[in-house]
Formats: sequence, structure tokens, C-alpha cells
Amino acid sequence: MARKYREIGKAGWGYTAITSVVGFIYFFPVFWIILTAFKTRTDALAVPPKLFFTPTLENFQSVFFRASITTGTSQATDMGLYFFNSIFIAFTSVGLALIVGTLAAYAFSRYPLKGNDTYLFIILTTRMMPPIVVIIPIFLMFRLSGLAGSYWGIILLYTAFNIPFSVWLVKSFFDELNPEIEDAARMDGATERRVFFNFCIPQILAGLSATFVFGLILTWNEFLFALLLTGVETRTVPVAMARTLGGEVGVDYGLLAAIVTLFLIPIFFVTFLLQNQLLRGVTFGTVKK
Amino acid sequence: MANTANSRGGFGAWLLDPKRRGALLVTPALVILFVMNIFPLMWSFGLSFFNYKASSLKVPKFRGLSNYERVLTDDKVWERFQTTAIIVGSSVIVQLIIGFLLALMFAKAFPMRRIVLMLVLTPMMLSFVSVGVFFKLFYEPTFGIVSYVLNFFTEDHFVMLGSPAGAIAGIVIADAWMWSPFVMLLVLAGLVSVPKYLYEAAEIDRASAWRRFWTITFPYIRSLLLLAVLFRTIETFKLFDIVYIITEGGPGSSTETIAVFLYRNAFQFFKTSQSSALAYIVLFIVIVLTNLYLYAVNRRAEEVS
Repeated sequence: MARKYREIGKAGWGYTAITSVVGFIYFFPVFWIILTAFKTRTDALAVPPKLFFTPTLENFQSVFFRASITTGTSQATDMGLYFFNSIFIAFTSVGLALIVGTLAAYAFSRYPLKGNDTYLFIILTTRMMPPIVVIIPIFLMFRLSGLAGSYWGIILLYTAFNIPFSVWLVKSFFDELNPEIEDAARMDGATERRVFFNFCIPQILAGLSATFVFGLILTWNEFLFALLLTGVETRTVPVAMARTLGGEVGVDYGLLAAIVTLFLIPIFFVTFLLQNQLLRGVTFGTVKK
Repeated sequence: MANTANSRGGFGAWLLDPKRRGALLVTPALVILFVMNIFPLMWSFGLSFFNYKASSLKVPKFRGLSNYERVLTDDKVWERFQTTAIIVGSSVIVQLIIGFLLALMFAKAFPMRRIVLMLVLTPMMLSFVSVGVFFKLFYEPTFGIVSYVLNFFTEDHFVMLGSPAGAIAGIVIADAWMWSPFVMLLVLAGLVSVPKYLYEAAEIDRASAWRRFWTITFPYIRSLLLLAVLFRTIETFKLFDIVYIITEGGPGSSTETIAVFLYRNAFQFFKTSQSSALAYIVLFIVIVLTNLYLYAVNRRAEEVS
């Protein structure tokens, strides 16, 4: 039994069945959240909890349109804007961090500065520190400079948040490349720019996408900074989620579950598409090809 | 200034000199980090020596090290550190065990592996807010599914979050469930990197499964496990959202982690300077952990090459 899985071999459909069961048990809380999204308010809080019920799309509808109690007409909520904000802010800042981080990583890998390791250490420390350490001054700084509530404020902050990870990961990918190929290209008269864009970047594309997914997963759900630093116009979905909690009639679990389900879809697809690259990402690129 | 006096091309040429290429490429990253992280960090370092309150307009007075003194002699702070250590310790151990078992399961190639793997990876993609809210619902004594199932086995009504131990368990389960997949990815990477010929050699030597594990597999995943422990420790140390939503630090203050304590002091009681001092103590611990983390990464890099 034990030796079976230690060797990386092939297994058949029987094995798929076993792992699916385990996988599904692990997935169960997510499954329950998705189920809740299709439940009416009574079903969501039924005693005992209901596994079978008549599904309704009401919750998904009320994510975007809420019936006004006084007039009975349906009114558009701002949730569409919040979804746009989340996608725009996360993709822009992770993308920016990747570009800026790749440039820095290339320098750290190919043109070491004096005190290279010290810079790298400081960069890593900024990623490791608890956000609570800087949140007070950032809050004050944003308030004074007028960055609070603007797209640029939160995007720059998230970019900074993602740079350390990008630099470290991408540097490890550059380090793995064989510099002889680059030297050969230089001998043939390729400019530095060509070496970078035509020889180095294409070879680490997989690594770059891993870095992207990883940054995205970590940024997608950020709550604390978003709570303090976004305004009505720039609010992200996690903050909007938290705001649905404070109702007078208690938490509307169906509505919240619908938001969670919708919010899961984009990140799920990106991760699914880039799954193989993600494996390389978590190890800081220490897995050899 | 002398450079601006030159023509634009002169300055450009100076800037693009190959000698400065490294520095030039690093600059954008360092500037953003400086503005958004290092400068605020220095600011809060400054604040930690004054008696500043973000809620009042009074001119802050210099207080020297008294904030640090007050924080370090406060019994409450030590209690919060203990709570944090218990939660971090147990959560990381659970993540390691579950992550490790999951990795063993997924180390094999099998049909539809990509899809089954997604089932396990999904918890990592949920927001802390939603995990917090729904786990709180699962633990709810009347409507919750956990209580419902457990009531088959116990006579009493099961109240998960009623006791300090139960509340801590509740938080650890939620956090470990979310992040075990991360440990799984790390261990999986380690397992995949074990050269196959080592197993073939062991086959010829008729080494036992136990022995094979300790002499072949374990050395390859050892440093990755260490890496997982440190990375998760540092991350769990920051645990805030889940605790804040599931228990709000209660019952009493039994689950108030250092992050929640800091948040309360800074934004509910507006003890800005005192919390900056505490934040710096936390930062010091994180730097020590980061050093250990780097040591683990470097060891891993050496082993691979």
C-alpha cells in the first residue's frame, strides 16, 4: 500500500474514484456555500440543514438588483462596479508588479549591485511583515495625500505588496537559465534589449505565469487594506461582502453565498488554466526542469 | 544638477550607461517599495517614540522608549503572544499533516488529475471574509452543519465556539482547511523532484517501504517541508480576518491573536503610538523568522543543484 504512492507512477480510473471522494470531502464546505447560493432564506437556515431543496436564482438576481421595500420596484446595486473594481485593481497591480519585478529580477540576476543580497533581503522582509505594522502610517499617508479612495492609491499599494514575491520568484527563474546562450547571442551581435526580450523572456514564460497566478490569488481576496483605503467608487468585492453582513435581520447567507460563488469563478478559471505553472511557483522556482 | 545642464541626449546617455544598467532596472521596484512600504515603516518607527493618537489633534510629545516599556511589561501582550503561538503552532502542524497526505495522494498521475486537484485547491482561492462567515455558520449551534452532525454523537447541545478550546479549534480548522493545499503544492513539488533511478536502485536492494521513505524521499522533501513550516508560520502569524469574523477574539479574550489585538488598539482605542511600538516588536519577530526562511530556501537551492 505504502509504496504505491511514493513512486510517481500511473494509476487508473479506480484511483481517480478514490481521490475524487477525498477531493470532494475536502471540497465539501465550498460545495455547501455554492448550494446555499441557490437556497431561499428559509432553506439556508433550515433545521436540520437541507441537502435537497428546490433551487432558486433569486440570490444571484439580488446580487445585482435589490427590490426596494417601500416602492416594490427593483433597484440596481453597485455590485457590478465592485466586481469591475476587484478585477481591474487585482489584474492591474499584479501585472504592474510583474513588469517592475521582472526588470528588477533581471538586474539582480545578471547585473548584481553592490550589496545585492541586502537589497533582496529588505525586499523580502517587506513582504513578510504583518500588514498591521504599516497600516497606521499608510492610512495617515493616504489621508494626507488624497490617495485614499482612489484607484491609483490601492493599485500602487497592491503593486508594492506583490513586488517582493515577483522579484524573488522571477529571479529564481532567471537564475536557472543558461547564460551561455545569452553570451552566444551577444557574440552574434544581439543588443542587450534583444537578449532580454528574445532570449530570456520566452524561456521563463511559464514561470511568469506562475508568478501571476500566485499574486492574483493573494491579491484577489485582500481585505484589510481594501477596507481602510477604498472609497465608495473603488470598493472591492471582499469589502462589499463584509458590508452585507451588517443587516438588521442578520446575515443573508444566500446573498453572500451568491457573491462568493460569482467571485470564485474568475480566479478559479485562471488557476485552472495555469495549474501546471502554479506548481513551480510555490517552490520559489527551486524545482529543476 | 550638472547633468541637467547638458543636452537631453547627454543625460540619457549618462543614464543608459552599461555601468548603471543594474541600478536603472532595479529603481522602479525600489521606488514603489520605498514609498508604499519602507517610508510608512519608518514613519511608524518614529510614531512609536511619541504619544500620538490618530483621533486627537493635540501635538504629540516625545516619550522615548516608554511605549516599548509599557508594551513589554503588559501582561495582556504576553497573553496575546501565547494565544497567537498556540493558534499558529497547531494550525501549522495540521496543515503539514493534511498537506503531506494530500501530496502523497496526488503524486501519482491518474486520469482527470487536473480536475480533482482543483477540488482541493479551491479553498485557497476563497476570501478570508467568506471562509470566516460560513465557518461561523457551520459551527452555529442551531443551524450549523457541524453541530448537526456532532449532535448525533453527543447528548448535549454542541456549542463549538462556547469554550476557549473549542473556539481555538474552530479557528484552526478553518485556517488549516484553507491553507493545507498550499503545503500540498510544496510537498508535491518535492516528491516530483526525487530522481526515479533512486527508487529503481532501492527496488534492486529490496529496501523496505519505510526505509525507502526515510533514505530517499525524505531527504528530498525535508527542506521543502521546512520551507512550508516557515512560510506558513509567518503567514499565520498575520492571521486576522478569520479570527475577527469567527470569534471576534472571544470568548473573553481567549482567541485574540496579536494581529487582532493590534487592530483593536490602533483603530478602536486609537492608541496609535503604543500599537506602533508593539507592531515593531512583531516586525522584529518576523525578521528573525524571515532569516530562518531564507536559510531554508538557500539550503533547498543548494540541494537541488
